[in-house]
Amino acid sequence: LLQLCQPSYKMPSHQLLLQLMKRPSQLLQASRGLSAAAAGGTRTVTLIPGDGIGPEISNSVKKIFAAAKVPIAWDEVDVTPKAIDSVNKHGIGLKGPLATPVGKGHRSLNLALRKEFNLYANVRPCRSLEGYPTPYKNVDLVTIRENTEGEYSGIEHIIVDGVVQSIKLITETASRRVAKFAFEFALREGRRKVTAVHKANIMRLSDGLFLKCCREEAHKHPGVEFAEAYLDTVCLNMVQDPTQFDVLVMPNLYGDILSDLCAGLVGGLGVTPSGNIGESGAIFESVHGTAPDIAGKDLANPTALLLSGVMMLRHMQLGEFADRIEKACLDSIGDGRARTKDLGGGATCSQFTDTICSRVA
Amino acid sequence: MLLPQLRRLAPLAYRGLSSQSAAAVPNSTPLQQTVTVVPGDGVFPELLDATKQVLKAAGAPLAYEQVYVSDVNRSLSQPLDTLMESIQRNKVALMGIMSHPTYGSDLASSSMRLRRKLDMFASCVNVRSMPGITSRHKSINLVIIREQTEGEYSALEHETVPGVVESLKIVTRKNSERIAKFAFDYAVKNGRKRVTAVHKANIMKLGDGLFLESCKEVSQLYPGIELENMIIDNCCMQLVSRPEQFDVMVMPNLYGNIIDNLASGLVGGAGIVPGASYSHDCVIFESGARHPFAQAVGKDIANPTAMFLASANMLNHLNLPMHGRRIRQAVFRVLEAGKCQTRDLGGHARTSEFTYAVINNME
Repeated sequence: LLQLCQPSYKMPSHQLLLQLMKRPSQLLQASRGLSAAAAGGTRTVTLIPGDGIGPEISNSVKKIFAAAKVPIAWDEVDVTPKAIDSVNKHGIGLKGPLATPVGKGHRSLNLALRKEFNLYANVRPCRSLEGYPTPYKNVDLVTIRENTEGEYSGIEHIIVDGVVQSIKLITETASRRVAKFAFEFALREGRRKVTAVHKANIMRLSDGLFLKCCREEAHKHPGVEFAEAYLDTVCLNMVQDPTQFDVLVMPNLYGDILSDLCAGLVGGLGVTPSGNIGESGAIFESVHGTAPDIAGKDLANPTALLLSGVMMLRHMQLGEFADRIEKACLDSIGDGRARTKDLGGGATCSQFTDTICSRVA
Repeated sequence: MLLPQLRRLAPLAYRGLSSQSAAAVPNSTPLQQTVTVVPGDGVFPELLDATKQVLKAAGAPLAYEQVYVSDVNRSLSQPLDTLMESIQRNKVALMGIMSHPTYGSDLASSSMRLRRKLDMFASCVNVRSMPGITSRHKSINLVIIREQTEGEYSALEHETVPGVVESLKIVTRKNSERIAKFAFDYAVKNGRKRVTAVHKANIMKLGDGLFLESCKEVSQLYPGIELENMIIDNCCMQLVSRPEQFDVMVMPNLYGNIIDNLASGLVGGAGIVPGASYSHDCVIFESGARHPFAQAVGKDIANPTAMFLASANMLNHLNLPMHGRRIRQAVFRVLEAGKCQTRDLGGHARTSEFTYAVINNME
């Protein structure tokens, strides 16, 4: 089985399809880049605890996963090139916050991971938390952001002094890939609608190409409703009635903006998970800061990393464990007794963790 | 070292008073001032009709020069040059929003070309919580100043090879300094304390970097005004959680489009926020969030508040503050009473009913 799975990452798609028809369950695992043990066995996942509050919240996640008896072994690595080898080996990773780099260091890890595993889609679910009210109720949406090109292509030059040209790069390959992922994600997660967010009225060729790819993928996935909306209209409607949106798919910059905007609707980056899906690996991470001021004081809120772990479990088709942990986490926040300080409670990170553990056991 | 560099910028103060002599304007009596009216697309022809009724009821001594330009109704559209000449002659326009269709032979829509050719470089939208309108956030009062001649809206795109498209975002020091200066001048003139530059210079180090650097340079000439900067994604998150913290905001083109709409949504929607675009000598008064609202055409349901308030701002600009105040107070009175609300605000009133209510509430 191992032999079957490992090389299949590099298998051309038609071959993969052929294999998929013969042995669906095995190949599904392989294509997801799991280090395949026998079905039902323990799988190994890379854990990069990160900086600041990272180690505390990682410990909390480990404890909760252990309490829920999730069949996962952690391969804990520091932020070094070894991290890449580890993710390479296991195909899947969970990552805590990394300190903002000054000059060099961690950004190169993020970049290296993205390049190495071709992490092309950034997935950010945003859901209103029961028991932590914000002005916006019943938010339940997912933003899917193209993560490899667009405005963040990094191609910029000074033409003459005082005139800069930045290139937004849109390719058919990348657009189609993320659009396809969005529809498949919607089907897998039982969501009804995908909205393509664009600005093709202003950028007729580039966003036009992105939109065209989304339309074509929509045709191939008739089970999911498809809508198109201008970025500005989405922003306007999002703050008036966020419940009208479901899955949103968009190019890089728009996704960056909208995913943070939506996180703001439900209480900020401390409670929203994030996943980066690639062709040969997937990394799930918390996107909040390292909070050095409260690091080591047992005050941090592990929710974002924990929910990222839940996303990871769903991605690994361990949905049963995912549901149980997610429910325990949301219930613990909901009943209010063990809420951490950032959510207006007085509990420590370990009290919050213990509450969840007692609920998943 | 700093000053000579900035000295080459032309004087930028937008016109507080009308310097235009009424006699120079053809086909208007000496007491009247002529303004260009552009009906626009979607519901805006209806809204401009309503606005003209309100202007008439307020007794504003205006003559109108109407020019119809549209990208979606080409057979009826007059040439863009006609519109440009009219605006250049009258210096003041009241404009409905024009649709930007996603198709067309030219990469730039008429509205984009108009703004570029007339050099309407600054869009200025004051987003305020209004009386009588329920919204999630209270006491918002911020000003969004948007560069709108370059950036992502440069309309420079090409398909390098099939399936690979490049779109250029152009940022120049000249235009960045110009918009920054506009923002600081606005802050000084309106007694505001802080200017927030919104950018993404951590990723677009050269492009947005130049914008940010220009804002910093200009800010040194205004020691009384504080400059802070914020990354666009964080800015959006802050806007939906703590919008009260913002004062004046200045930003490149696309971010301005996003923030205009987002902030309008916070106070009640696109139908109630007025805006204006400025060049060195012309002003276009329009809706702050630019949505033609085409699905409501002919239904008499759109909210005309934004256009009424835009016309009141136009009267102020034309040195007719008494007429402007008359319209603004009537609009606020109707909104505050809450008995006549259009559908977007949760009521059932029609555009025409709201218009009559405003007219009936004028002093």
